[in-house]
Amino acid sequence: MSQKHERSIFADVEEYESDEEFSAWRRNLRLWRSTLSEQWRLLTDDSLVVAAMAILGGFILLAFVAPVVAPHDPLERMYTESGLIAKWIEPSFLGGEGDFLLGTTAQGYDIFSQLVYGARPALLVGFVAAVMTVGIGTMVGLTAGYYGGYVDDFLMRLVDFVYGLPLLPTVIVLVTVLGAGLDSIILAFVLLQWRTSARVIRALVLSLRERAFVKAARVSGASNWRILSRHIAPNVLPMAFLYGAFAIAWAILTEAGVSFLGLGDPNSVSWGVMLQGARVYSAMTEGTWWWFVPPGVCIALVVISGFLIGRGYEEIVNPELQVEQ
Amino acid sequence: MGKLNFFVRRTAQLVVTLWAVATALFMLFRLMPGDPTSYIVSPQMTPEVRQRIIESYGLNDPLWVQYLRYIENLATLDLGRSFNTNSEVSEILATYLPNTLVLMLSAFVLAYAVGVTLGVLTGWYRGSRFEKSTVVTALVGRSIPSFWVGILVIWVFGATFGVIPLSGMTSIGTEPEGFVDMVTSLDFLHHLVAPMLVLAFYYMGYPLLIMRNSMLETLSEDFIDICRAKGLSERAIMFRHAARNAMLPVLTAAAIAVGFAIGGSVLIETVFGWPGIGREMIRAVMRRDYPVAQGTFLVLALSVVLMNFVADLLYGVLDPRVTYE
Repeated sequence: MSQKHERSIFADVEEYESDEEFSAWRRNLRLWRSTLSEQWRLLTDDSLVVAAMAILGGFILLAFVAPVVAPHDPLERMYTESGLIAKWIEPSFLGGEGDFLLGTTAQGYDIFSQLVYGARPALLVGFVAAVMTVGIGTMVGLTAGYYGGYVDDFLMRLVDFVYGLPLLPTVIVLVTVLGAGLDSIILAFVLLQWRTSARVIRALVLSLRERAFVKAARVSGASNWRILSRHIAPNVLPMAFLYGAFAIAWAILTEAGVSFLGLGDPNSVSWGVMLQGARVYSAMTEGTWWWFVPPGVCIALVVISGFLIGRGYEEIVNPELQVEQ
Repeated sequence: MGKLNFFVRRTAQLVVTLWAVATALFMLFRLMPGDPTSYIVSPQMTPEVRQRIIESYGLNDPLWVQYLRYIENLATLDLGRSFNTNSEVSEILATYLPNTLVLMLSAFVLAYAVGVTLGVLTGWYRGSRFEKSTVVTALVGRSIPSFWVGILVIWVFGATFGVIPLSGMTSIGTEPEGFVDMVTSLDFLHHLVAPMLVLAFYYMGYPLLIMRNSMLETLSEDFIDICRAKGLSERAIMFRHAARNAMLPVLTAAAIAVGFAIGGSVLIETVFGWPGIGREMIRAVMRRDYPVAQGTFLVLALSVVLMNFVADLLYGVLDPRVTYE
């Protein structure tokens, strides 16, 4: 167990195989742990990134405990004491009737409950779409970059084609075809957005392919699969994570936009759906800011957190960007 | 070989991409749920009349016949007639496209003028408080949903202070004679200010961050030291020497950014009730008005594909170091 096992996964594993046989997975685990803990330390050095992680963590927690925090069901009509639908009630801290922390909507829904439950679709879309986007993009990038030739040509023309589609209009058309719903939004987003990570990962693989450690592996008889999975893939992972963080932010923004246009899931409440309701019922001219300000703030906070974490990670992956002190 | 060859190949690629977009669109719109004929033929009509109308739209032909006719029509710029109003789609596009272009271009020019200038300054004053706050503002500007900013602006300046109109492009009652007359009227500018500023704020972050990165790279080059040694003023080095050399990535990014810009303008047009092509697309999708939805989408996709093409050509023209291999 000498010093050299402490090196990161991004170095070639086979290079310093010791004569004592200890299982490959234990060595891998150790390498992963040391690399991740090192990156984690660098990442948490930046106070902005720590704040972003705390905010994102808070929203994730909120999404899990939504039924406990929210006083009502988001789509349960509220009634006043006299039995009428409780529409346009002011927040309780402004002296509104009843006990609604952020008042009620024009249809009589509790705004605070909607806000709490709104964290669920946002984070669900964000994470699922990001993992799928980057997963597909990485696969395509690895294949195109490593095999080259016709495979590369075909895949990159496909990427070019997908780049010819404007994101939001295409998502709108796809969502209309597939039917409104979160799964449609996720699928439509993934169908378009894998293009970015595919292009970047391919470029990275093109340069990795020519590096000495890959050539050495090939000369020593490693199969294509082994070279790809053991030598190249670990080296593109940081870039994939980076694009994953940005994809979370973009996916959440896209979901909010599509829902705001009235093409969201009709059976669930997201922040975009809340904003659509506020616009349709002219909450702006009514001046009921407690209806349309909080959802926007929540979207912005989650998205900014995603971008900040992405940027923080970018500085680790790409040290040229680091600010010299 | 060389430039001409590149141009020919790139043009061929442009045509193939456009064809692929058109084909994908054809298949998508034929998959849309709901029977398009139910929107144009009333159930009270006799079966013969109904059949005649369906035939006049060519909706009973086999799919491949419809496809061939579709491609042929596209090539001759015949986009069909609206199911809803029966007017020519090309006429509808001609009505709404200029409105979108005025809004987008004015916002784009403003965003790039301010964004590039701020990018130069943040690159120059690296590490200062000014740089930090500007970069964070730019990030925030890209993270906040643009349509929510629109809602806030309408609430504060439209509903509360009453300094901007709540919606639309012209006041009711004003009937401008032709497009030029309308665009030059004070009433139009009054309607334009708010959506333009909101869009510009959204677009601004991208050129700013790219320009800053590009400036950082340029400022580390030798010729900057020579400029200093010559005793040039800071302003002269900053704008006349460094900024001009750092412009290239921003210009090419600007062409590609039009793709993102279109998504943003769809949302802004909806919020501000701007009668543009994006809002028209949403309305057509909601009404299942295939020809109009198809036409608007094609125009949006065409602009993205064309701008990518322009960006590629521009790169070679502006940077003589680019080779065509």
